[in-house]
Amino acid sequence: MINIEKREEFDIEIDKTVGKPFVSGAKFSARNVDVFYGDKQAIFDANIDIGKNQIIAMIGPSGCGKSTFLRCLNRMNDTIQDCHMKGEIKLDGEDIYHKQQDPVLLRARVGMVFQKPNPFPKSIYDNVAYGAKLHGLASSKIELDELVEKSLIRAGLFKEVKDSLHKPGTGLSGGQQQRLCIARTIAIDPEVILMDEPTSALDPIATAVIEELMIDLSKKYTIAIVTHSMQQAARVSQRTAYFHMGQLVEVNDTNTVFTNPEHQLTENYITGRFG
Amino acid sequence: MNKADMIENTEKIKIKLHKRYAKEKRFKFYGISAIAVSIAFLLSLLINISATGLPAFQQTYINIDVDIDSNLLNLNQQYGEKELFRADYSQVVKQSLKKLFPGVEGRKQKRALRQLVSKSAIYQLRDLVIANPNVINTKQSLWFLARDDVDVFMKGGIDRSLPESDRRLKDFQLVWVDKLVAENRLEKRFNTNFFTEGDSREPEQAGIKGAMIGSLLTMLVTMLLSFPIGVSAAIYLEEFAPKNNRWVDLIEININNLAAVPSIVFGLLGLAVFIGLFGVPRSVPLIGGLVLTLMTLPTIIITSRAALKAVPPSIREAALGLGASRVQTTFHHVVPAAMPGILTGTIIGMAQALGETAPLLMIGMVAFIADVPQGITDPSTVLPVQIYLWSDSPERAFTERTSAAIMVLLGFLIVMNFLAVIMRKKFEKKW
Repeated sequence: MINIEKREEFDIEIDKTVGKPFVSGAKFSARNVDVFYGDKQAIFDANIDIGKNQIIAMIGPSGCGKSTFLRCLNRMNDTIQDCHMKGEIKLDGEDIYHKQQDPVLLRARVGMVFQKPNPFPKSIYDNVAYGAKLHGLASSKIELDELVEKSLIRAGLFKEVKDSLHKPGTGLSGGQQQRLCIARTIAIDPEVILMDEPTSALDPIATAVIEELMIDLSKKYTIAIVTHSMQQAARVSQRTAYFHMGQLVEVNDTNTVFTNPEHQLTENYITGRFG
Repeated sequence: MNKADMIENTEKIKIKLHKRYAKEKRFKFYGISAIAVSIAFLLSLLINISATGLPAFQQTYINIDVDIDSNLLNLNQQYGEKELFRADYSQVVKQSLKKLFPGVEGRKQKRALRQLVSKSAIYQLRDLVIANPNVINTKQSLWFLARDDVDVFMKGGIDRSLPESDRRLKDFQLVWVDKLVAENRLEKRFNTNFFTEGDSREPEQAGIKGAMIGSLLTMLVTMLLSFPIGVSAAIYLEEFAPKNNRWVDLIEININNLAAVPSIVFGLLGLAVFIGLFGVPRSVPLIGGLVLTLMTLPTIIITSRAALKAVPPSIREAALGLGASRVQTTFHHVVPAAMPGILTGTIIGMAQALGETAPLLMIGMVAFIADVPQGITDPSTVLPVQIYLWSDSPERAFTERTSAAIMVLLGFLIVMNFLAVIMRKKFEKKW
């Protein structure tokens, strides 16, 4: 990778996020978000809205803070020692970092799919049923069976695994595992699904399946996806946010970002001049 | 780079290649010879112990026609169990031996004659008579334990060609033994006594049941205490304790140091605290278990922490991401995934405790105890201490029993390690 700091042409001051970071009727709205790992600041003053039932893609070079920002949205960063944030993130107008906000409840509302498929070393059925059992979402075995089936169908995995529901989830292929993780997430029926590079460990065919799934899911859920693939961002998302060295450079409609970026840094990145 | 350069490079690499392979071969040779040496040592140890210990699994029995005469027993017409218990069985045995070898004269020789048979013969006879008083005034052909010297001789442990003064069995005794052998009155059988009796001053009566039960009870106490305490401590330190906290660091360093503390120090601690301060009785499996718990805890904590640490963080994230609390994440996913490692560590810790002698010397488990313990508050000894005690005894028969006890202890250890492997396989999950 090119060392960005040494190249003057990229050393452009970022005063303010350009484009259209705010939307009306936002699901998430983040204001003045600073995130620190110990003394090191990872995100500088990020302001962004995430619209309801939309897919927003977050792109940017490695270490730009996009994953960190995503993990702020369901407070997964709480589990990292020394990580703390300043500012305000609201979910449906409710401050998720409020003292009385329970992170466990928040994570039931804001699900997450990770970069590497991480099914539990349990059966496919138990993987999907776990969240529902945890939150008491099913009152009977029959209801739970239905929920598992429904979630697997929605994740487009049911046909492939319906005869092996009690075989270990870890025995599936990478793409199937990732869809299992998505099924597991939608089984608890969250309002938002965060996806942290969900296809980076998958081959193009599995990636295509998951992208289709994302578009389908966005009818019901709000989705925020971090990705390294600009094509993917262009294919699936309605809006795109570009992060650069902890700063939110530009947020706009995906089309606009990829065809007519406002900021020089964004243009440099999407034209492949670095990153 | 042009073509000529490339050819030159290939040549350079080729020259080096030879050296590289030679190095690899050398390294392989070192490795194999190291393994060969250790296997040779292990084998020589096992062969040595087996060669010494195997005879102990056989015991010589001696056949005597016993005339259970009520006069000799010193019984009146009327007798109850109490009288039978007190009757003079040694006279019966003595007279029966005399009949076998008429013409034995002199105090010394008479005593030597009595010493062909184990002292336990008297008790064996007593038990027989009490169980079945009808045998009084009949003749019975009975098999008794032979005295340890006879036993050792029968197993080839006494060399006939030595001068008489250097032999445990004198010439006249050898004549008797030869006569007994000729009459088929001496027989080697499997030594069940060794597994069904407690310790004894007489080698032929000594067994390891007391030590085995003692070890079992001690291990039970150790297991019940050290597993829950150790695993809980490991889970707390690894999953919940704040990282980079000065107190946590201090505790961690201390646990690591405790693992290296000589075990006898734990014995002293047990003596001072458990016995001195809390008044736990000495020499019992309870105190042994407490002391061994102290000794095993660091091992269990350290291995359990390593096992917990090895659980991929992605599993924690997956559970947290679904809205599981930290406790749920830990107990639903992390601990089950770490279980094989935790169990292996625990069993290794227990195996260590099973073979431990030094701390038990401090808390009185080195006492001579002939009874088999019935509970964790009965005085008892344990296998390694029993080995230590027997190895201190001068009798030849105890030497072989020492080795036999070592074989039993090794057997236990192998079983435990085998168990660890099975557990690991059983609980192991593929990621």
